[in-house]
Order: sequence, then C-alpha cells, then structure tokens
Amino acid sequence: MYTAGKIIKAGLSITVFILLIWAAQRLVQPKYADELIEGNFTAEYYNETTDHDVIIIGDCEVYENIDPIYLWEHYGITSYIRGNAQQLAWQSYYMLEDTLRYEIPKVVIYNVQALMYDEPQKEEYNRMTLDGMKWSKTKYEAIKASMCNNERMLEYIFPIFRYHSRIMNLSKEDLKYYFKRKKVANNGYYMRIDVLPVSESDVADMSWLIGDTDAEKDEIIDPWADIETEEEENEISLPEGNAEEKLGNLSMEYLDKIRNLCDENGIKLILIKAPSLAPIWYDSYDKQIMMYSRKYNLRYINFYELLEETGIDYETDTYDGGLHMNRNGADKISEYLGDVLSREYEAQDHRGDMTYDKVYEQKRQFYYEMIDAQKKEIEQYGRVKNY
Amino acid sequence: MFISYQFIVFLVSVLILYYLVPKKLQWIFLLIFNFVFYMYADIRYPIFLVITTAVIYTAARIIETYENVKINKSIKKKKKFIMMTALFIVLGILVCVKYTNFIIRNFNVCLIRTGHESIPFVDFIIPMGISFYTFQAIAYLLDVYWGRCKAQKNFLKFLLFMSFFPQLIQGPINRYNDMSESLYERHDFRWDRIRFGLERILWGYFKKLVIADRAGIAVSALAESRESYTGIYVIAGMIFYAVQLYADFTGGIDITIGIAESMGISMKENFIRPFFSKNIAEYWRRWHISMGTWFKDYVFYPCGISRPVKKITMFCKRHFGMVVARRVAVYISSIIVWLATGIWHGAEWRFVVWGLLNGIIILISEELAPLYHMFHKKFSGLSDTVFYRGFQIVRTCILMSCLRLFDVYGSVRNTFRQFFSIFTEFTDKKLSLQGLEGLGLLPADYIILLCGVIIMFLVSVINRNGNIREKLLNKPYVVRYIIFTGMLFAIVLFGTYGRGYDAAQFIYNRF
Repeated sequence: MYTAGKIIKAGLSITVFILLIWAAQRLVQPKYADELIEGNFTAEYYNETTDHDVIIIGDCEVYENIDPIYLWEHYGITSYIRGNAQQLAWQSYYMLEDTLRYEIPKVVIYNVQALMYDEPQKEEYNRMTLDGMKWSKTKYEAIKASMCNNERMLEYIFPIFRYHSRIMNLSKEDLKYYFKRKKVANNGYYMRIDVLPVSESDVADMSWLIGDTDAEKDEIIDPWADIETEEEENEISLPEGNAEEKLGNLSMEYLDKIRNLCDENGIKLILIKAPSLAPIWYDSYDKQIMMYSRKYNLRYINFYELLEETGIDYETDTYDGGLHMNRNGADKISEYLGDVLSREYEAQDHRGDMTYDKVYEQKRQFYYEMIDAQKKEIEQYGRVKNY
Repeated sequence: MFISYQFIVFLVSVLILYYLVPKKLQWIFLLIFNFVFYMYADIRYPIFLVITTAVIYTAARIIETYENVKINKSIKKKKKFIMMTALFIVLGILVCVKYTNFIIRNFNVCLIRTGHESIPFVDFIIPMGISFYTFQAIAYLLDVYWGRCKAQKNFLKFLLFMSFFPQLIQGPINRYNDMSESLYERHDFRWDRIRFGLERILWGYFKKLVIADRAGIAVSALAESRESYTGIYVIAGMIFYAVQLYADFTGGIDITIGIAESMGISMKENFIRPFFSKNIAEYWRRWHISMGTWFKDYVFYPCGISRPVKKITMFCKRHFGMVVARRVAVYISSIIVWLATGIWHGAEWRFVVWGLLNGIIILISEELAPLYHMFHKKFSGLSDTVFYRGFQIVRTCILMSCLRLFDVYGSVRNTFRQFFSIFTEFTDKKLSLQGLEGLGLLPADYIILLCGVIIMFLVSVINRNGNIREKLLNKPYVVRYIIFTGMLFAIVLFGTYGRGYDAAQFIYNRF
C-alpha cells in the first residue's frame, strides 16, 4: 500500500527532478544576448503591455528595415515587428496566428521576400524563430510546418536534447542571462546605426538591380536607371535565365492563409518588398506578387521602385553593404510607411494617450540609450560590437 | 537502435502496457510488440525470423516425437537427418545473407587473376540480430536433440523466445532453458524489480552515450587518418578502442538485461569484469560469455567427439602416442571454434585472422603451461602477490588490445602496418595536446571520458563483492536519488547523442 509519506516522497522527488531539468535546460539554451541576438525577438513580444495597430511580419527585411519607434514619434502609430531571421512564409503565418491570440491589429504588413522559399531551409533559423514562441497549438503547428528533415519535435518540446552539448561550450553570457533575458530589440526592430556602404562591401552584388555589372565600386551609380517602375511593369527586363523563377507554391498557399486570417479578423493586409540587395528579387517574383495583389485588391509596396521617393542611398543607409538598412535607411522606409498608414489606412495617432505615452516613453528611452551605446562602441572599437 | 527517441518512447510504452494488460496475455502482448519493433526496423526482417523459427520449431517437435520410441539405428538416423536438415536451412539463411558477398569477393580475386570476369555482388538485406537468433535457434534444436530440454509445443511461445526485442540488437545469445520459464510466466507489477531494471538501463545508457560514443569519436579519427596517427597514437587507439568496445558492448547488454529485468524476465550475465582477467582464456570466459559458451557447447565439444576428429586422434595415438593425440583433438576443435568465432564477428578476412590469432595465443599459452609451472615452482609465492596479478591483468589487456586493432583499422594489412609503426615510429610522433585535440574531442571531453572510465572501474570493483544495486538499496533514499538523478543528468547533458551543437551553425548568416 502506498502511504501518504511515500506519495509525498515520490511527488517531491519528481518535482525536484523537473526543476533540475528545467534549470539545466535554461543553462544550455542559447541566450542570444550579446554576439548573436536574433534568437530573442520572438520571446520579447510577450513582454508587451499595450496592443498595436500595426503588426509587421516577415524575415530580416522587416526587423532591420522598419523602425516602430520612428512610426510612433512621427505618426503616433503603435506597431510591432514579429520578424525573425529567414522567417519563412508558414512561420509568418503562425507568428500572425500567435499574435492574434493576444491582440487584433488594424493592419498587417507582410514582407514578401521569404515567399521565394518553398521548403524548410535551416534548423538554426527555425530555432531562432520558434524557440521563443509560447507553447500553444499554434507553436506546435509552426514547428511541424518548419522542421527540416533531421529535426525532431521532441527536441523542440525539450530543447535540452538539442542543446545538451553546449554544456561543453558555455560562455559568460549563459550565466549572465540565466535568470533574465536581455532586451535586444525595439518593438521587434533590430537597430544598427553604423554604416557600411555598398561600394565598400563585397556582400551584395547590385548588378541585378542596377544592371551595370562592370561598375567600379567607387563609381557613381544611378540606382534608378534600370529599375522597373509600376507604370513600366509590362516592359520588365528579366535577368537572363531567370524568366522562369517562381515563388514557392507552398509559400503562396501560406500567403493565402495569411490573407484569409486577416480577412476573418477584419485586418487590412499590406504586402511590401524591402529594398535589400540580396537575395535577388527577380522581376518574375515581382510580377507574381503584383498579380496577386491586384487579384485580391491588396496594397503592394515595392521599395526597390521607391528609392527616389524614400531617398534610400546604399552608400549611407545600410550597415552591411546593402543587405539591410541602418537606422537612417529604416527611418526613411518608416517615414514612407507611416505616411501610407496614416493617409490611406487611417492609422490612429495615439500620441497624447496617457497609457501609450507612458509606455512609449520608456521604449524611446531604451531606444536612445541603445543609439548612444552603439555610438560609444563605434568610437571605442570602430564598429558596433554588442548589438 | 537503443539510441533513438523512438526507442525510448517504445520502451516506456511497452513497460507501461505490459503491466496494464491481463497477466495471462502478457506474453502475447510482448510477442506483438517484438514484431512492431522488428518491423519498424525493416518490414522485411520478420520474414527471415519467422522462417528460421518455423524450421527449428518443426524440427524440434518432430525430434521430440521420437522421445518415447525405442531408439534404434534407424530412429537415430532419422533424428540426425531432421536435425541436420534444419541446421542446414537456418545456417544456410545466415550464410546466404551475411556471407555471400564475402564469398563472391574472394571468388572474384581468383577469377580476375585468371583473366575471368568477376561475379556481381548481391544485394541481400541482413536482418537485424540474425546471428543472435540463429545461434539461439541452433542451441535450442541441439538441446532438444540431445534431450537437454523439452521442445516448446506452442509455436507462438517459441516465436516469442526467438524474437524478444532487446536481444535482437546486441544479444546476448540466450538459452531456451535459462529464459523460457520467466519469459512465459505471468508477472505482477513489482516496483523493486522495475526499479532495478531501470537502474541497469540507465547505467547502460551512461556507458554507451557518455563513454563509448565519446571514445568512438577519437577511434574513428585515428582510423580515418591512420597515416598521420602512427607510433604512439596506435597505442592511444588501443586504449580508446578498449574503452569504447567495453562501454558500448557492456552498456548495450546492460540495457538489454535491464529491459528484461523490468519485465521480470531473467537473462544470464554476459560479462564478468573481463578486464580483470589474468590470461586470454580467462578473458574469453568473462567476455561475451553467451557466445563463448555457445561455441564451447555446440562447436568445441561436438567437434572433439566427431567422427573425423576421432579418426585423426586414433591415427595420432597410434603413431605419436596418447599425449599428442589428445592435443591434436583439442587443437583441431580450438582452431575450428576460433575460426568460426572470427567469421561470426564479420564477413571479412580481418575477423578470420583475429579469431585465429586468439586461438593460437590460447594454444601457445596452454603449451607453455609446464614452463609457467616450473617458473612458479622456482619463485613460489610470486603468483600470490598483487604485483604479479596486476602484471597478468595488464599483460592480458595489452594482448587483447593488440588483437582488437583489427577492428579499428579495418583490414589485415592496415592493422599490421599500424601495429609495427608502434616499434618503428614510436619516437617520431609525440603524443601532444594538439594531436589529441585533432581527434575530435575537446579537453572537456577527455575529462568526461576519464571520469567515466574511473566510475566504470569503481563500479566494477564494487561489483566484485556483490551487486552494487543491492548495496545501494541499503543507502538512504537521498543518496540513491542523488546517484541516479546525477546519472540521468550525466546522460542527458554529457551524452554523445543527437546532432552536436556547433555554435558556428547558429551564427546568423545574413540571409
């Protein structure tokens, strides 16, 4: 017979065991705090105390190119970026579904770059996107949709099985951020203030965009010379051999799902394409999105075509040679988006609302502290080191 | 197979359901799950198992029908014919699937040398555990034939004995008489038994994941880059492989016996501290015991009393005297046993050479027995000293480690080349930290490995004077809790499983 004492002993043993497993799991899980911070974005969302009128979903082309603090400061728009490194279409769908468990925004902005991928790409990106998501059916489905061949659901449920070998490579970061996560983003925006002009970098090849493959790096280039504008869409000149490039079928299905989810919740959907120079955004992709947006009466903003209007300059507005915008570039894109949102979507100006003012004052403080810290690092090390 | 999440889930499910189903159905439930397990590995595997089982079952049943019949020459012949036919079929299956390509390869060498076209290799599947269950089947048939055990009347029960899932992975080669009673009887849920079993499973996983697979990384590196790792690194390879093989094999057997124990099924021990053996013959009595005794009982003894060997013995007796005649019988039987042992380990010449070398060393050792005797007579008391016992143990370990090089280096030529480099290149290559890190292990891995070996050694020493689990039972609950929780954590955190975490993989590549 089991006595009360035995039951208590067993219960206590199991509790201690679970606590120890949790403690060990927390220890070995990557903290994404200093060197590599992208894995922290998903989890930060759950710390939000106010809702948002605009939710922005997508990959790095949203979380590095749009600045919600700028949108607040200049338009009073409350927005949050739920984007992650190479966040694929299905992950964006589930990220939106997860968001809708907490709030219903008025507008959702989706960046279309990831639609080019039609199957899971890399475990590392899956992890950075999904590990931080709170457990729910949505997370389970998101993992199921995202897993690469060699991944296991069990390793998501118990991350210790995936990260156990990190025990051999623990860093100070693992102890420093054991109990408390480091806040790394501004409403999901990964800010960088440093500059790496495209002409000084080998990372991005601009030729597909500007059409001048022989251009010298320091040569003055005309980025608009070869860019198709909305009016000229029928005269698209595709890069040779890419006429057949199509966006993924599965990804397009998830775009449908995102659209339906927005419709069901009375949310307006805007599609955007950020002006990042890589990966290549083929004209055929663009055509496909244009046709899609026309078919469903969606707004599609391709920032490649708006370089003049936004004033994007790849010599001053990017921190990594054209792949992503720095704060200058992000603010230019945000300015354009803020204008569109307030004029065409009647996004509310919440400035003056005590609740939001208080919250956003704290956010602004964090934002400017981060700018100062990055400036200091540039002065001290010649580069941004810990952001 | 043991090392997969699926297996753990399967095992937990089997253990829970085993005690939930009505007791009279436990064996049927187990049989079904054996087949689930086996079919999950490959849906075709059970075909071979069922054929072997059916042949042996039928033969044993027929042989037993002669039990109450007055034995005469004709009955004896019939019994022998049935037994031989069944053996021919099951061994034929084993040889076909496991050794056909080995035979073709050797034929091809002759054919190519004589200018003929080579024979293409065949693509047979090799069912998991075929060597183990075939040997179990043969042992059962011969035991029935010799009247040592009763034939099982229920085919499904016999199928359960043949297909018991833990033994299909790494053995041991169980005997029907040892296992059948506990296999078929009804088992109550007894926490002490289950706990004992789980503790043993845990210990097995510790050995396998924390020690064996970690040492295996270094062994693979040494074998893959053998040209760079000669001289002293070959000795390092011997040590690493000794650790890997022991931890892997005994770990696997611990898991097997632990699973059986959790279900109330008893299995005989397969290892009794083999690294404490004082000579190779003793080593083989303590290492993979079920295989050693199988060869002794079903090859060595029958061979020694077989008609051809008897004829040779008689011939030797007539021409060279009784002493030589007796030795010849032992020699022939021993060589056959070791040849078979080698081939059983794998269809490659290196295993043949390995087996024969084992046999030759044992025979030489026996031949030198009078010399040892004289030596100990002269230095009486020496053999009782700790120093001399230690010397014997180290000598056996070194000899066995040298023989295991065949396993490490994959071919006879490579093995001899690497072995002789110990003498020719010993001073050329110094064992350095840089060299050891090149083996794919971090300094922390070496520390874990060392700690693991020390723990294994201590457990072995404690086990000499009684089962360590029973000793732990007398300790306070907190002590036991710390030990087993600690072991589980060691497995989870330090185990070499899953895909390793490479920080570089997780560096955002800007896409």
